Amino acid sequence: MSNEYAKPLPKITKLTKPFWDHAKAGRVAVQLCRDCGDVRFPPSPVCPRCLSDNQGWRVTQGRGTLESWVEFHRAYWNGFADDLPYRVCLVRLYEGPVFVSNLVGPSDHSKLGAPVRAVFEAVTDEITLPKFELTGE
Amino acid sequence: MHDLASFKDQIAVIGVGNTRYGNFPDADEYGLAAQAFRNAIDDCGINKNNIDGLLVCRIPYYARMGEVLGIDPRWTLTLPPHGRMSGMGIIEAAQALATGQAKYVALMYANIGRSRRVNYGGDENPSTWDPWGFTSPGAAHAMMFRRHMELYGTTTRQLAEVSVAVRYHATLNPDAVMRNPITIEDHESARFITAPLRLLDYCLINDGAVCIILTTKDRAQDAAKRPVMISGFGCRDSFTQSAISNFDMDFWYPAIQQAGVEARAMAGVGHDDIDALMCYDNFSPTVLFSLEGLGFCEKGESGNYVEGGTLQLGGKLPVNTDGGHLSNSYMQGWALNVEAVRQLRGECGARQVKDCEVVQYVQSTPCTRSIIYTRG
Repeated sequence: MSNEYAKPLPKITKLTKPFWDHAKAGRVAVQLCRDCGDVRFPPSPVCPRCLSDNQGWRVTQGRGTLESWVEFHRAYWNGFADDLPYRVCLVRLYEGPVFVSNLVGPSDHSKLGAPVRAVFEAVTDEITLPKFELTGE
Repeated sequence: MHDLASFKDQIAVIGVGNTRYGNFPDADEYGLAAQAFRNAIDDCGINKNNIDGLLVCRIPYYARMGEVLGIDPRWTLTLPPHGRMSGMGIIEAAQALATGQAKYVALMYANIGRSRRVNYGGDENPSTWDPWGFTSPGAAHAMMFRRHMELYGTTTRQLAEVSVAVRYHATLNPDAVMRNPITIEDHESARFITAPLRLLDYCLINDGAVCIILTTKDRAQDAAKRPVMISGFGCRDSFTQSAISNFDMDFWYPAIQQAGVEARAMAGVGHDDIDALMCYDNFSPTVLFSLEGLGFCEKGESGNYVEGGTLQLGGKLPVNTDGGHLSNSYMQGWALNVEAVRQLRGECGARQVKDCEVVQYVQSTPCTRSIIYTRG
């Protein structure tokens, strides 16, 4: 499967690996400062609030609100050409951090603040991408 | 500690120069920058060997630039190729002059992005969000404009007013790249790039170069033309939410507001004194965000404010009278600062703002800067 996948894949580093391990298991995780409780994504080598090295991960509910969305009509990578136009959303997770992802499923009711939930798409043996759909609530 | 107000009118622009903007596959940054430098030297009439400060931006190697120009400066600074360095560079050079580190600074900018097919997205610009296909500064601005539409009811027809006004100015500028007039309907029927933004919301990538020569107030009296003074500036960076580059949840409002307040206070001017605004228009929504941040209208009201030709020559606040990034060239703010100088000198012909005495420059980006220029 990975030989055929033509879209960009994340570069997995020591810092980002826990996020991708959680995603593969169907969870959206954000980095957590074990000293001051700050949460963020993407992860940082030290806590931007208290500068601590003591960083872990918190599994989120995988739910949040729609903060904005766009529709790509141009493919900046050939692997996206067949998907045009495709939708990208900005989600604020209930735990706080904002996350860029794809909006999948019906989108007729897209509006600022609409509730969304994560769905998971395994794109290679190693990588699962969290995407979001409107809950319709 | 220095009081910033003590810098008011201490540093002058004495020379400006640029190349034509277009597709020049046989040129490189050094050759283009040298042309712009020669034009700026001719413009101010000083001996090029008096230049003892060199600032280069989007030019690969400062030392090669000095070699090409035959200059061994006392003060040199290199800025990265990001599209927000012009305001930072001008303010840095002004401070180097004010503290006696140099007597004459040449600021050089060159871009060869058109002939080399730079598109500012995809693998050129890797980010965390590539796996989801989110890339390019234009998409980040589309994401902001969608939020603005949702929060305030701003429409794409209102956004079109920006592109239409700036294009109208380009029709009056014989050197502008895109000179055919456009209408709101043309904007609305242009193809989407990243919806809600369309082709006419995007800047024009071209090859070209710009040079600006600064010196101190006293030395400026010997230049060929009447100097233009740097009367005020304001600065504010927004780095704590940089994971989505070129994006801000609040349209950089607090940063633009602070930079504007500082610049106006230093220059001692109010909104009504500002005869023209040179506004970083990498994408048309940036102009709306800038108008709100600077306080030309209330937050969320920029759509209404720009309706009916507000930004056109003869309107309440002429914006980007050279055609800006949208219809002249994406010279990353450098050419807009040159246009501010030419307006204050009264050199702008058909696009001249009448009785132009105060011009404000603003770049609303993660490094927000505003500069207020006045006649010397």
